[in-house]
Amino acid sequence: MNDNHDAPNRTTTERRSDLELVVTRLFDAPPRLVSEAWTRAELFIQWWAPKSMGVPLRSCEMDVRVGGGYRLEFGHDAESAMAFFGQYLEVVPGERLVWTNAEDGDAPVTTVTFADQGGKTLLVLRELYPSKAALDGAIAGMPEVTAEQFEQLDALLASQGVRMTEH
Amino acid sequence: MVQHLPARLDASFAALSDATRRGIVEQLGAGDASITDLAARFGMTLTGIKKHVGVLEQAGLVTTAKVGRVRTCSFGRGGLAEEAAWIEHYRQLWAARFDELDNVVAALKHRESSDERQS
Repeated sequence: MNDNHDAPNRTTTERRSDLELVVTRLFDAPPRLVSEAWTRAELFIQWWAPKSMGVPLRSCEMDVRVGGGYRLEFGHDAESAMAFFGQYLEVVPGERLVWTNAEDGDAPVTTVTFADQGGKTLLVLRELYPSKAALDGAIAGMPEVTAEQFEQLDALLASQGVRMTEH
Repeated sequence: MVQHLPARLDASFAALSDATRRGIVEQLGAGDASITDLAARFGMTLTGIKKHVGVLEQAGLVTTAKVGRVRTCSFGRGGLAEEAAWIEHYRQLWAARFDELDNVVAALKHRESSDERQS
């Protein structure tokens, strides 16, 4: 967990309150350029779904102005695609973006700020959940995965039981 | 907008490749037990059971808490460990994203500086 600890461009994450997660990262370019990569779909699509995420971003549409919408679709094909969408609440070019995540009632509102630090950019991303229960749920849950893990464990134990009775 | 995660499954399956450890998990699924209880139930030494419980603990399948002289084992992750693991996973997602973003930003910077040279 402490790999890269001294790297200047380390990404940090923190639960800052009952409702809020905060991510920070320094970029070696001015805010004008860093923010451009968040507001132009053809750039955004190049980095939002890194390989390690395991699912590619199939499409990305964004209408970056107050009240404008965005829509992201992840997946290997149209049938299995998962959509994420919402609306921009604040748009201050080169400084600040705020958007909703409307695919889920418990999803957070995301705020990204780009602060100039002598030609570099300190990026701060905040995810503000509607309630403590919503953030606790996101954390405790990873519900699908825990359920999946336990299902596979059940199957494993069951198959073990079968083998034992067969002998 | 989306967190993807598996990873932990590997450790779980490795931990469950052993029949005694599967037995311990089944036992704890029915209720908490102390190391001493488990040793008696599986006819093993305390040291042997502790070793198995340690493997299960590392895989996030079992948590233990020591109260006085008794170490109690439970099925599942504790709240704090769960949260720390989740936050670290969340960090890794953003770190991977931002490493990609570095490349995009570097390309924009390069484009800009070559535009300047031309004008």
